[in-house]
Amino acid sequence: MDVLRCRGLRKVFGDQVVLDGLDLTVAEHQVVALIGSSGSGKSTLLRCVNLLEDLHDGTIELDGEDITAPGVDPDKVRRRIGMVFQSYNLFPHLSVLDNITLAPRRVHRRARAEAEARARELLERVGLGAKADAYPDRLSGGQQQRVAIVRALANSPRLLLLDEVTSALDPELVGEVLTMIRDLKTEGMTMILATHEMGFARDVADQVCFLDAGRVIESGPPSQVLADPVHPRTRQFLARIIEARRL
Amino acid sequence: MSTTSYVPSPAQRAREEYRRRQTVLSVLIAAASTAAVGTLLAFAVTGAPGWDRVRASFFDPQIARDALPAVLTGLWLNLRLLVCCAIGALLLGLVIAILRTLRGPVFFPIRALATSYTYAFRGLPLIIVLYLLTLGVPGLRLQGMPPVLVLGGLALVLTYSGYLAEVFRAGIESVHPSQLAAARSLGLTYRQTMRHVVLPQAVRRVAPPLLNDVVALQKDVGLVSLAGPIDAVRAAQIATAQSFNYTPYIVAGVLFVLLAIPLIAVTDRVTLRAARRQSGG
Repeated sequence: MDVLRCRGLRKVFGDQVVLDGLDLTVAEHQVVALIGSSGSGKSTLLRCVNLLEDLHDGTIELDGEDITAPGVDPDKVRRRIGMVFQSYNLFPHLSVLDNITLAPRRVHRRARAEAEARARELLERVGLGAKADAYPDRLSGGQQQRVAIVRALANSPRLLLLDEVTSALDPELVGEVLTMIRDLKTEGMTMILATHEMGFARDVADQVCFLDAGRVIESGPPSQVLADPVHPRTRQFLARIIEARRL
Repeated sequence: MSTTSYVPSPAQRAREEYRRRQTVLSVLIAAASTAAVGTLLAFAVTGAPGWDRVRASFFDPQIARDALPAVLTGLWLNLRLLVCCAIGALLLGLVIAILRTLRGPVFFPIRALATSYTYAFRGLPLIIVLYLLTLGVPGLRLQGMPPVLVLGGLALVLTYSGYLAEVFRAGIESVHPSQLAAARSLGLTYRQTMRHVVLPQAVRRVAPPLLNDVVALQKDVGLVSLAGPIDAVRAAQIATAQSFNYTPYIVAGVLFVLLAIPLIAVTDRVTLRAARRQSGG
């Protein structure tokens, strides 16, 4: 069963075409890695799927329902999709626990005690139980990003969007976040992740999509796309990455 | 577990000794220069040819004692009016700032109204608003007209909320769009995002300038005396007219400064805390 189906997505900023008739399908429990150079449309695609950006053409279906149809309430759609950002975007005026319980309490109308119990349980599972009452500025980047992931998970989303979640982290903190994402895959979470970590994409993704100029120009299992790319643009991109010693 | 006891090296001890000497030296220099400037100022004022006349007409202890009760009564009015007007202006300013951020075509008239409000009341001199409300509005002879004091307070609230609304709006706009994106991505509605994510951060950030405007309001509340009520400055003016001596003004001035000190101290502390939080984050 397909969780997400994008058809012919188009998005322009001014006279710049960021998404140019992009198609993407994500099956349940599948992890899709989006790779491609900066400006290839990875982040914009994720923001469009979460309805944070208006589309200029195309349709997006979530569990078979067209979420881009006129009259659809975007707030209701976003409750079913979790999103994690490159710069964490935790709420600095709220403690870790309040960051996590904000949506369950205000959006899903859960009781405070129930929401907090679940938040503590999730934090405990990722080894951050002791940080529940700390404020975000007291945490390391890796800890903040793990809290951001827990915050997205507290909504029990159908689909998790991860937008370059390790790009702002110090190298030695990347591992703890990647481990957490790997665990999520084991638990069967459906995820789309935009990433520059090729090694991680190869490890965790079922499917790798190479984006270039707003289209998916090559996609397939990581063993094929990353090791034996067909398209010359993909080869060029991967060669540059290897040169930069990221692979 | 025992930690090895730390003994500072001779180099560190020499550094600390040097720093201590420097500290003592700077304190001494500061004290000496303050004393010198103070003495100089005192000589310049008291040595001036007209000092005796000025002292008699501005610093007469007897007249100060006589004027104090009336001025204090006036100051009590200032204080009550300040508290009511500050609360009113902060609330109204916040509401107007929020109205200005509303999106969607339905809200166009509200947005336009809120925008023109901030333009009108920031442009209009306070004294004119006061005259319009305290002299013009009672002239309508409507039933149940509130007393002049309330109308004067309303004029202050109207004018100051125009300024405060802009301070609040600056705070709202200073919250980074990524915070909104994060809140909306969690499924929060626009209203919930404002209420739980944007406003708490905005208000904290603009607390120092808000309090600064309250300090300014503290002086302007006295202007209601133009419409009749006797505030501290008006009480001083009356006492001056009776004694042909300006000392009551000095009394009122000192009391105003004393009244402002706690508010300014709070402002400073809030500013400091905000700065520390930002550098910590």
